Amino acid sequence: MEKLPGKQMVVEALKREGVDVVFGFPGGAIIDVYDAMEKDGNIKHVLVRHEQGAAHAADGYARATGKVGVCIATSGPGATNTVTGIATAYMDSIPIVVFTGQVPTSLIGNDAFQEVDIVGITRPCTKHNYLVKDVKKLPRILKEAFYIARSGRPGPVLIDLPKDVQNQVAEFDYPDKIKLRSYNPVVEPHTRQIERAFKLIEKSKQPIIYVGGGVIISNAHKELRKLAESIYAPVTMTLMGLGAFPGTHEQSLGMLGMHGTYCANMTMANTDLIIAVGARFDDRVTGKIEAFAPNAKIIHIDIDPTSIQKNVKVDVPIVGDCKRALKKLVKVIEEDGRPKEVWQERFQPWWDQIRAWAKRHPLTYKKEPGVIKPQYVIEKLYELTKGKAIITTEVGQNQMWTAQFYKFDEPRTLLTSGGLGTMGYGFPAAIGAQMAFPDKLVVDVAGDGSIQMNIQEMATAMEQRLPVKIVILNNQFLGMVRQWQELFYDRRYAATEFTVTPDFVKLAEAYGAKGFRATKPEEVEETLKKGLEAEGLTIMEFAIAREEGVFPMVPAGKATTEMLLV
Amino acid sequence: MKHTLSVLVENEPGALSRITGLFSGRGFNIESLCVAPTMDHTMSHLTLVTTGDEFIIEQIIKQLNRLIDVYKVVDISEGEFVEREMALIKVKAEDETRAEVLRMCDIFRCKVVDVSPKTYTIEVTGPKSKLKAVIELLRPIGIKEITRTGTIAMQREKKSL
Repeated sequence: MEKLPGKQMVVEALKREGVDVVFGFPGGAIIDVYDAMEKDGNIKHVLVRHEQGAAHAADGYARATGKVGVCIATSGPGATNTVTGIATAYMDSIPIVVFTGQVPTSLIGNDAFQEVDIVGITRPCTKHNYLVKDVKKLPRILKEAFYIARSGRPGPVLIDLPKDVQNQVAEFDYPDKIKLRSYNPVVEPHTRQIERAFKLIEKSKQPIIYVGGGVIISNAHKELRKLAESIYAPVTMTLMGLGAFPGTHEQSLGMLGMHGTYCANMTMANTDLIIAVGARFDDRVTGKIEAFAPNAKIIHIDIDPTSIQKNVKVDVPIVGDCKRALKKLVKVIEEDGRPKEVWQERFQPWWDQIRAWAKRHPLTYKKEPGVIKPQYVIEKLYELTKGKAIITTEVGQNQMWTAQFYKFDEPRTLLTSGGLGTMGYGFPAAIGAQMAFPDKLVVDVAGDGSIQMNIQEMATAMEQRLPVKIVILNNQFLGMVRQWQELFYDRRYAATEFTVTPDFVKLAEAYGAKGFRATKPEEVEETLKKGLEAEGLTIMEFAIAREEGVFPMVPAGKATTEMLLV
Repeated sequence: MKHTLSVLVENEPGALSRITGLFSGRGFNIESLCVAPTMDHTMSHLTLVTTGDEFIIEQIIKQLNRLIDVYKVVDISEGEFVEREMALIKVKAEDETRAEVLRMCDIFRCKVVDVSPKTYTIEVTGPKSKLKAVIELLRPIGIKEITRTGTIAMQREKKSL
């Protein structure tokens, strides 16, 4: 058996797990792993400018590819800087493995220089984590970490590597497969439950399929489409579910929830059967829980049993992988043999009602002469990219306008921080996605607030020659909070107005990138064209209507039928 | 409603804090908690008493199961089970009360485990109700200190974890 020092085990494990790129920032406690990587020379390292950027980039890489993203940081502040990125990945079930350096085992607990209990800090926001105290255990831990990160409901795993362990030598016995007695996620759904689900579908007159990020994670978009088309049911998606079902499909009602479409929320409120797939009835989706879909039976497919029956009572719980569950359900429907037309006829009155809702209040906004409306920018971006770009967003109004006005047809084309709502996520995530797909168009839609949270990664993108395109919707406000203040706090704009924002065109130039600006509606298309076509990293800044709001809007704590409309 | 959960968990560093962290982070109650190794020393057995309606208990059990280190969770209060708790009680025992304390020990089958000129330390074992009764009766005599173990429990008959 080959004997290796811990640092080299890490590099070997990365190679065996098929990791071709890692994102990180070195320091004294992780320098040995860096040295081993450098000597090995097979793993591309992307040097970020802040460890939060590394975690988000690994996350963006994972979301875009479906593979495990990897990031590396040193002990102490390096480790704590990754925490927001880890929590972001945790909330959205994204597989990443985070390596942190740690002070030597003999100093742990001594308040040594750059020491922090990162395993303690990240315990509630990782799927699992390890402090490696014995190099003999490292090969197994490495294998477990990747396995745990990507299997079941995926999530972040952190491995804390004390400096001495990185240099101790042991046998490198890297298992091909691993089995953990305490961790066996249920993948195969129960056939009887699928049959029970079908019975409910048969009885339903007003069903809706409610789709979350789980469908994207389990690559179940084809099966989902098959289900929707074979019973001709309407489909609505959560923010995380956008792209799981084509946004341009005639059966798509768009996003639901706080900023969802009128049609989706009304359909959800009046349905008699919710078929929930890989979604978790989050408060942004349900609104006031007591008033949520009062007449509905619920079928809930999810790989994580804790998601089921957490917020709403479920009639048919189906624990398992979305893809397998949908496959089985489609098979039962096929075996039943009812042609599509029969379903279509049965649901026709329901569809008539749905179409009427869609017609009554479609997604829209008021155009004003001389002012750039942010929705218009997104519409144009959609047109010019033909809906084919990988879009990342920051968090806030920029994110919601993107979700509403860019029609996502393919999974893994919208990368956004849904659960945690992390401002500063979009740009580093775009870097991660662009590393995975150098030839694809990757666009970060940002606000002037959130782009400044990780603006330092401009240098990273330049260094890696990544042609990421940044669209900044600049209203010199923290727009979403301002919107709440306007609506619910008598327009007292406490700490939401920026009196100073950088000149983003000059800022782009300062990093060696290109910057473009539009201040009038007629400049929007031209600016987008220039920015998208220019080589390399670009910023396109749009001076948008300062007090534009995101509508529809369900005020927090209200029923989803109580929407504020444009 | 009170529930007694039996949890088998990998004997790994941090496993216990994952469990207690889960309870505090998600706002669940812990009424008492007891942990010790099992016959298989790679596993620990944890008896946890908690309260909540059926929804909360279902979430607690699912959330515990979701932890990688947790091997098995059983709500043993759903069936027949025995539970025991132990307390050490240091009670004032001066001239006039010394005999009275010993009589009480006799009635409740407690053990005197330490004696000093002015105190007895008594070991009581039993279900919570018995401990409560002993404490109530000793209180007027003068309890100086109490330490308790928290509940340990086991399913009756053939059932085992």
